[in-house]
Amino acid sequence: MYSHGSESLIKQAREIQEPELQKFYNRLVKLLQGKEFSHETVDSLQRLHLILSATKYTRTLPSELQKRLSSLLSSPSEQLQVLSSAVLRETLPLSGQERNYNQDNISQLNSHAAALLLSQAGSRADLSSLCAQLLRSLESRPSEGPSHSLTHMLPILNTILTHSPECLTEDHMTLLSKKLVDWLRYASITQGGGASSGGFFTGPRSRQPVPIAELDGTVSGDFFTVLCVGQGFTEDQWMNVFSFSMLRHWLLTYHSVSNGNTAADTANRLQLSLSLSHSHSFSNDDRSEVDGSVVSMVSATSSTSRLLPPKERLREKAFQYCQRLIEQSDRKAHKRTDTELQRACLVEAVCILDCLCIEDTSLVFRAFPCIKALFGRLSSDLSFARVLLPLAQFYLNHGEIAAVDCECVWNLVFGRFPADLFNDPFLAHELLRFLRVNLESLQLRVPQYTRSFPNLLKLLAWDSPAVVDDFVDLLPSLVTAGTAVELLHTLLDLPCLSATLILQLRSASLPICEPGGRSLLSLDAFRNPSYRGLFLFLLRGEAGSGDTIDRLSTLHELLAEAADWPRVIQCTQTVPVLLHIFFNKVITVADEKLLAHLILVQLERSSLLLNIPNYIKEIHRVFSCHLLRLCKLHPSLVVDQSHELLEFAGTTANVYSKEEIYTHVVWVLGEYLSVSCDSRCSVRLITSCFEAMEAVLFEITSSAPPPGTSSPAPRVITTLMSALAKLASRSHDLIPRVSMFLSKLRKVSRGGSVVWCSDEEDLVAIVTRGEELWSLLKAPGVAQSVLTPPPHVTTPQWHRDTNVAMPLRLRALTSLTHSQ
Amino acid sequence: MVRCFLIHTVCPLSAVAPGESRVLYSRVFGPDEGVQSAQQRELSPEERRLLQKEKVAVVARQVHSAVSLSREASGRLLVETVPGEEALALQEADSGVMRLRAGDPFSEEMSVLWLGVQSLGFALVCESHENLLLAEGTLRNLTRHCLEHLHMLGQGSEVLLKSNRIDVLLSRLLPCGQLLFLNHRFAQSLEKEVAAYMAK
Repeated sequence: MYSHGSESLIKQAREIQEPELQKFYNRLVKLLQGKEFSHETVDSLQRLHLILSATKYTRTLPSELQKRLSSLLSSPSEQLQVLSSAVLRETLPLSGQERNYNQDNISQLNSHAAALLLSQAGSRADLSSLCAQLLRSLESRPSEGPSHSLTHMLPILNTILTHSPECLTEDHMTLLSKKLVDWLRYASITQGGGASSGGFFTGPRSRQPVPIAELDGTVSGDFFTVLCVGQGFTEDQWMNVFSFSMLRHWLLTYHSVSNGNTAADTANRLQLSLSLSHSHSFSNDDRSEVDGSVVSMVSATSSTSRLLPPKERLREKAFQYCQRLIEQSDRKAHKRTDTELQRACLVEAVCILDCLCIEDTSLVFRAFPCIKALFGRLSSDLSFARVLLPLAQFYLNHGEIAAVDCECVWNLVFGRFPADLFNDPFLAHELLRFLRVNLESLQLRVPQYTRSFPNLLKLLAWDSPAVVDDFVDLLPSLVTAGTAVELLHTLLDLPCLSATLILQLRSASLPICEPGGRSLLSLDAFRNPSYRGLFLFLLRGEAGSGDTIDRLSTLHELLAEAADWPRVIQCTQTVPVLLHIFFNKVITVADEKLLAHLILVQLERSSLLLNIPNYIKEIHRVFSCHLLRLCKLHPSLVVDQSHELLEFAGTTANVYSKEEIYTHVVWVLGEYLSVSCDSRCSVRLITSCFEAMEAVLFEITSSAPPPGTSSPAPRVITTLMSALAKLASRSHDLIPRVSMFLSKLRKVSRGGSVVWCSDEEDLVAIVTRGEELWSLLKAPGVAQSVLTPPPHVTTPQWHRDTNVAMPLRLRALTSLTHSQ
Repeated sequence: MVRCFLIHTVCPLSAVAPGESRVLYSRVFGPDEGVQSAQQRELSPEERRLLQKEKVAVVARQVHSAVSLSREASGRLLVETVPGEEALALQEADSGVMRLRAGDPFSEEMSVLWLGVQSLGFALVCESHENLLLAEGTLRNLTRHCLEHLHMLGQGSEVLLKSNRIDVLLSRLLPCGQLLFLNHRFAQSLEKEVAAYMAK
C-alpha cells in the first residue's frame, strides 16, 4: 500500500530546491494564463499542492500565482475549485491583502471556496461577519434554488457555533429556529427529482407525485425524516437531513439549562405541554381539544403549538421528530447500511430527548413511556449495547423525577456490558466516557458502582493501552475503605484476569478436543472442573465475596505460559501506574487499621505475583515507595506491625529475592521503631529487631549468594548497618555488638576480595560507612540525634523557631541601627 | 463535528524513526483552534500552520502506536489484499477508538476513531460528545471510497497525486466536518456525484 514511490515523492516534494521551485511557479502561472485548462494544468496544481503540504514549514507563493489561484476559486470547473482551495489552504493569505471578511459574501461562494474562507478565519470578528452573511442570505433566499446551494451553509454555521457560539444574536437564533422547524417538520412528503411511478412508457399522465417510503418499503404515513427514502430528493428534504444532523449540537449550544428557567416558567410549560398532549390527534385537524383521544406520539399540528415562541416550538418539533425516529427504527430495513443508520438514529434521538428534558423537565413525563418501551425492546439484545448507553444516561438524568426504578439499567451497565462485551473497543470507550462524565451523579445515585470494579477492570485487562487513560481518571472513585483491600488484590492480579479473559474467549471458540492439535496447558486448566473456582473468582462481577483466594499460587502456576502473551504483557505495563493512583487515594480514605492491613498485603503479595520478571520488579518498586510513604505518615504503624515486619526483615532469602522491598522494610524499622514514634515500643522489641537484622547481616556478609542470584547491592548492606546503628543508639546495650560486627568486617575486607561483594570499590564504600557509624556510636548521646534527628531539626522553621529566630532578629536590628 | 481526517502510515518505515508516521493526507476542518484563545492569536499565520501540522502529526503517532499495540495483542496475521478486494480489506481491518485529553494536542477533549488497513491508518478526530456510531459508519464509508477511487491496495501513489479526489469525497460525505445521517438513497445520490467527479 505504501510504496517506495510514495516515499520518494514526499522526499522530492520536501527537498525541492528554490530555483527549481521558482521555475515551476513560473510555468504554472503561464499555464493559468491560458483560457483552456488542460490535464497538465490539473496535474501541475496537484503537484503544487503536494509540494506545499509535504512540509510543515510554510512556503509563500509569488503574488501573481496566488492571485491567479484566488480567481480559480470561482471557476466553473469543480476540479479547479477543489485544487485551488486545497493549494490556498496550505499557504498564507497574501500579505497586505488580508481577506476582508466584511466584503466577501460567503453565501455567494461555492462550497469549496466557502470552506476555505471559513478555515482562514482568524478571529471571532471574522466568524461573526461570516455568520451574519449566512443568516442574511437565509432570510432573503427564495425556497427554490439550485440543489445543495443551501446545504453547505448549515455545516458552516455549525462550525461557527463550535468555535464561537456567541456570534449568533437573538434575532439570528430566532430566524434559524424557525427555519429548522420548517425543514425538520414540514419537508415535502413526496419524492423529488422527477420520480414517477411509471416505467419506460411514462407519459405526463403518470407524473404524479409519489409519496416517500419507509426503510422497509411501506409507504410513509407521516412527516419526512432521515429514515425515509425516495427515488430522488427535494431541496427541503436535503435540508431536513442537514438540519437533523446539526440539531443536537444546536440544542446543546443554545438550549442549555442556564437560560434562567424559573419555577413559574416550568409550571407554564407543564400546563402548555399537557394541553398539547390532549389536543393531539391523528388527523391534521385544527381543533385544539379532542378529549379521550389517544396520544399520538408523532403528529401534532394543534393550534396551541403555533402559539409557542420559536425556541419552544423547535423544542416541540424536535421532540416529535425523535419520537418518530424511534418508531421508525423498529422497522426491518432492507439494507444493512440502513440498519446501521437506524441504530445511529436511535442514539441521536435518545440523546436529543435527554437534552430537551434537561431543558424542560415537564417533557420528562411525555418522554418516559417511549424511553421505557425502547429500553424494554432492546435490553435483552446485547448487540444494541451502544444504544442502551444513551438510554442509561436518560435514566440517570431523569429517573428520579419520573420515580422510575433504574436497577435493571445499572445491572446492564455495570453487569452484563463489561462482563460480556469487554472486547468491543467502541463500547468500552463509550461506557468509560459515560462513567467519567457522570461520576458525581453515579456515586450519589448508584451504590453498586463502587462494588462493580471487578467487572469494570475487565475492560482494562483486555485492552489496556486504549483505556488506561480513562482508568487513571476513574480509579480514585473506586477506592473506598470497604473495598480497598480487595481492589488492591484485584489490581495485582490484573494480568491473571487478562489471561483468563483470553482463555474464556478461546474456550468458547475452540472445540473441546483438538484432534492431534497442541492444546494450551492453561486452556486445559481453564476447562478443568477442579480449578473452576479459581477462574470464577477472577471473573466475578461484584466485589464483596472475599478479598482474594487461598490458592493464588496455584493459579499463577496454571497461568505461567501466559507470561509472554502480548495482551498480558501490555496489561502488566499499566498496573504500576494504577497502583500509584490507588495508594495516593487510599491514604485519604483509610484509617490506621486499614493502612496496617495494606502493609501486610504488600508484604504478602510481594512473593505472590504472576511470574513475569519486569512485572515483579516494578511492583516491588511501587510497594517500596508506598511502604515508605505510609510509614512516614503514620510512624506508629511500624510498631503496630512490628511482628510481621520483623519476620520479613529476618528472612535472609528476602534479601536476594526482594531486595528493593527488603531495603525499605529495614529502613523503616530502623527509623520508626522508637519510643518517640510510638510509646508502645519497648527495649525488648528493639532488641529482638536488632537481633533479627544482625543475624541476616552476618549471614549475607559471610557466605556467597545462593546459586542463581547475584550478590546483594551495597545499599542493602549499608541500610542494614545504619538500621542497626540507629537501634543501638536507642538502646545502648547493643552498641558493643555493633562494634563486634564492624571489627569483623574490617578484618575480612583487609583480605581483599570477598565472596559476597563482587566490586572492590563497593567493599571499600561499605567498610567506610561502617567506620563512620562506629565513630558516631562512640558518643551515644550524640549518635541518636544524628542518626534520627528530631522533627524540629529536619523541618526547619526559620523565623518561627524560637532558637533560630533570635540570631536572625539581632542581625536584622544590628544592620538597621548600624546604618553606616 | 469532526475536526480532522487523516491518512497515514502505520507500518515501520526505514526512512523514519521507529514509531514515527508519515502523514499522506490530512484535512483539518474549520478555522484554527486558536481563534478563540488569546494565547494563540499572538502567533503568526506560519506559526499557526506549523502548530496545526504538529497536532496532526501527534494524532498520527498516537494512532500508529494504537494500531501496533492492537495488532500485537490480537496476534492476528495481516492479510495481504490486492486491488479489487477492497471490501475484504475493510472487513479485515483493525478498528478502535481512543481518547485525547484536553490540551493534548487539541484544546478540548477529542475521540479518535481509527481503522488500520494493512500498512495505512485512517483516522477521524471527533468532538467527544459526537455520535460515535455514526462516525464509525462514516469512517468506514470514507475509507472504502478512498481505497477504491485511489487504488490504494496497489503500489501507486495516487493518494498523494490525486488528493483532490479525497477533498471532493469529504465535501460530499463530511462537509466542513459535519457528520450526516444518510440513508442508502441519500448516500447513493452523493456517491453518484463523487463518481462523476472521479471519472474526469
